[in-house]
Amino acid sequence: MSNEHSMRRVTAIRNGTVIDHIPSGQAMRVLEMLGIVGDTSVPVSLVMNVPSKKMGSKDIIKVEDRELTQSELDRLALVAPEAHVAIIRAYAVAEKLNINLGDEVVNVVRCTFSNCITINSREPLPHRLKVVQRDPLQLRCHYCGRPQDLNDLANNVL
Amino acid sequence: MAGLITMDDLTNDEILSILDDAERLLPVARGELYLPLLRGRILGNLFFEPSTRTRMSFETAMKRLGGDVVNLGDVKTSSVVKGETLFDTIQMVDGYTDIIAMRHPRQGAAQYAQDAARVPILNGGDGAGHHPTQTMLDLFTIQQAHGRLDGLKVVLAGDLRYGRTVHSLSHALTRFGCELIFASPELLRMPEEIVSDLQEHGANVIETEDLYGSINDADVVYMTRIQKERFADEDEYARCAGAYKLHARHLADVKQDMIVMHPLPRVDEIDPSVDATRHARYFEQAFNGVVARMALLCRLLHVEVPADVSGAGGEF
Repeated sequence: MSNEHSMRRVTAIRNGTVIDHIPSGQAMRVLEMLGIVGDTSVPVSLVMNVPSKKMGSKDIIKVEDRELTQSELDRLALVAPEAHVAIIRAYAVAEKLNINLGDEVVNVVRCTFSNCITINSREPLPHRLKVVQRDPLQLRCHYCGRPQDLNDLANNVL
Repeated sequence: MAGLITMDDLTNDEILSILDDAERLLPVARGELYLPLLRGRILGNLFFEPSTRTRMSFETAMKRLGGDVVNLGDVKTSSVVKGETLFDTIQMVDGYTDIIAMRHPRQGAAQYAQDAARVPILNGGDGAGHHPTQTMLDLFTIQQAHGRLDGLKVVLAGDLRYGRTVHSLSHALTRFGCELIFASPELLRMPEEIVSDLQEHGANVIETEDLYGSINDADVVYMTRIQKERFADEDEYARCAGAYKLHARHLADVKQDMIVMHPLPRVDEIDPSVDATRHARYFEQAFNGVVARMALLCRLLHVEVPADVSGAGGEF
């Protein structure tokens, strides 16, 4: 099945964002990280586990009437760093956005360890997670050094 | 080196060089020689949770070297209780002092303080995280007994899960190629991520529940306290604690130069009968806290310890 065919499993959107090449099975985590789960104001289409030449299989998300911001892209980098993001305007791709996962993720999520010094929201220094490995992703808190629970990151979005 | 937050802040050569400084400072730590290398310098002691040995030995170390100490005092009466952030506390103390020794219940607090401070921070324990100055005094004690750190067989016993002392020490011993035997109840095993981290760094690690069967060919037996509150059930605690209680009769077949260490305070895990044996080293270990911290204070304040301290001392 072609990539084009996969994309057409759901209707083309007029305006909004398409997130393609999400690792298979990760679409729900992406929605959680973007805070879209529970948001009933925008139509969202989800395609999971469709064949992909590049990835074997993949997930795709289309969010109508909403363009991802830079801070949302930073969050996306933590669950789907290889995803492709396209902004759609009037049924056409108006912009392709790059996801950059640097060596450190600053002020995107807070450390998932419950006894980390950064748990006090009044402490002013930035939240810093170091990328210690990219595939599979491993993060450690700059302060407490604890490995991060990736499944809990969505609950710690700043 | 800005401060000392984890043992990763020191190379092996730096560790050995600081232990050399500590060796030369022994007569100063014992009060036999007055050597005011840190005269005019002020240490800020910020202990946000209780400490006896660490706080007192930092204070003694600074005063033996002619320096002075200011204390945060009781957390219950300080500005912390009014809701002051660690960042603000550090900003204040940073202005009052030349170096800060700190213990805090939250993990990562020492690194956080270092990022907020201009002066060096000495981590005196952050939650279940690191306790590198304890590791330095442990290494000093081991080197004193064996004349070396490399290639020793070290048994770490008791609560290996929650004890930050054994976490920092096992990392350091791995760097010197020691063989590690972790003897603990199943419930209090060394955390898996630490064991795999040590193995990735080339450690030869054996895990066992049998303490007494592990000590006969060891060079060091490092005991830790098993805390009752870690157990849901009192019988289970009694069974575990009983299996990790070292008595002089267990030492009949150990190596002549094997040493028994403990970060103190001990409760029941080392019977007083061990105190009189040639193997007991825990009280010297506690004393070594002073000399190791003296050497660290000098190093972090960029004050050189003279090669011959006897010629450099002054009048009391």
